[in-house]
Amino acid sequence: MHHRGTNKIPAPSPARPELVKGAVSLSPEISILQIFTTFLLIGATSFGGGVVAYLRSSLVDKHEWLDDKTFVELLAMSQSLPGLNATNMAILVGDRLRGIAGAIAAILGICLPGAVLMYVAALLYRVHGDRPLATAGLKGVAAAAVGLILATTLQLGRKSFFHAADLVFVVLTVIG
Amino acid sequence: MKQIPALIRVFSYLSLLTVGGGMAAFPELKFLTVDVHRWLTFPQLIHLYGVGQMAPGPNMMMVVSIGQWVAGLPGAIVVLIAFFLPTALLTFIIGRLWTRLGKWRWRRSIQRGLAPVSIGLLLACCLTMAKGAVTGWVTAGIAVITFVILLRSRINPALLILGGAGVGLLVLRA
Repeated sequence: MHHRGTNKIPAPSPARPELVKGAVSLSPEISILQIFTTFLLIGATSFGGGVVAYLRSSLVDKHEWLDDKTFVELLAMSQSLPGLNATNMAILVGDRLRGIAGAIAAILGICLPGAVLMYVAALLYRVHGDRPLATAGLKGVAAAAVGLILATTLQLGRKSFFHAADLVFVVLTVIG
Repeated sequence: MKQIPALIRVFSYLSLLTVGGGMAAFPELKFLTVDVHRWLTFPQLIHLYGVGQMAPGPNMMMVVSIGQWVAGLPGAIVVLIAFFLPTALLTFIIGRLWTRLGKWRWRRSIQRGLAPVSIGLLLACCLTMAKGAVTGWVTAGIAVITFVILLRSRINPALLILGGAGVGLLVLRA
């Protein structure tokens, strides 16, 4: 499991300390702009909430910026920290590719399309939200969202191994 | 404009509650934006949240809509930064520490401990949402059907939300 060899690098550290092991391509050829556009594309196309799948297919399969093992490790870390998986992954991957600038480019890219869309949605909703037609559609949308969240919860619950003690925490969290 | 400091306070606090996903912060989001600050009504929040489920990218981009409502473009930008910067910084710092440790030893225990908490938070979110969104037989039906289809197939959830909109348009017109 240890990165053989890399642990034994002697004192003079590499010139780019921010390029951390785990990234397949340590090449500076990956430009900040490339990172931005890649995450922008993910941010613009990942409809339906499954951002992780879109991230994997882009970063691992298409661009080969990460190997699968690193992707899973970063994902596990994203999930155990506060913050959304998508933005945490953007930070971690961006940092590994090009340091702070890479992290900023990645998170801006992944957030921008959805943010612009929801900005426009807010404007439209303010003007047209009270129309009976819009209200009717939105009621349906909200009801479907409830089903979606419940399904997400159940799928998450299935994946985690449960002890009886865990259920106590579940209940306490709901009540709290 | 007067609301900008309040927006920063509320959304940077909510940022740290997004443990195990953005939805974890929903009950507190509802409490602070609807009950405390009265920036929008509960049905409005639920509508925006539902629309947000159709948007691509990170979940919870609907916070931008709230910022827009409260203080226009500056509000939207402020909310975006307040909601994403705190956790982004935390992740950045821990990400760097982790690589130095080689393998993050707490990871497994944190994940084990967090799983039941995030499931609980999701259920709480679901309950909060349902109270506002499930108002009759039709909406209950939409919720249940969406739920069942999602468990039984790998259909894109955004399509189901769109379907919900369609059913709403056809049936729920007052």
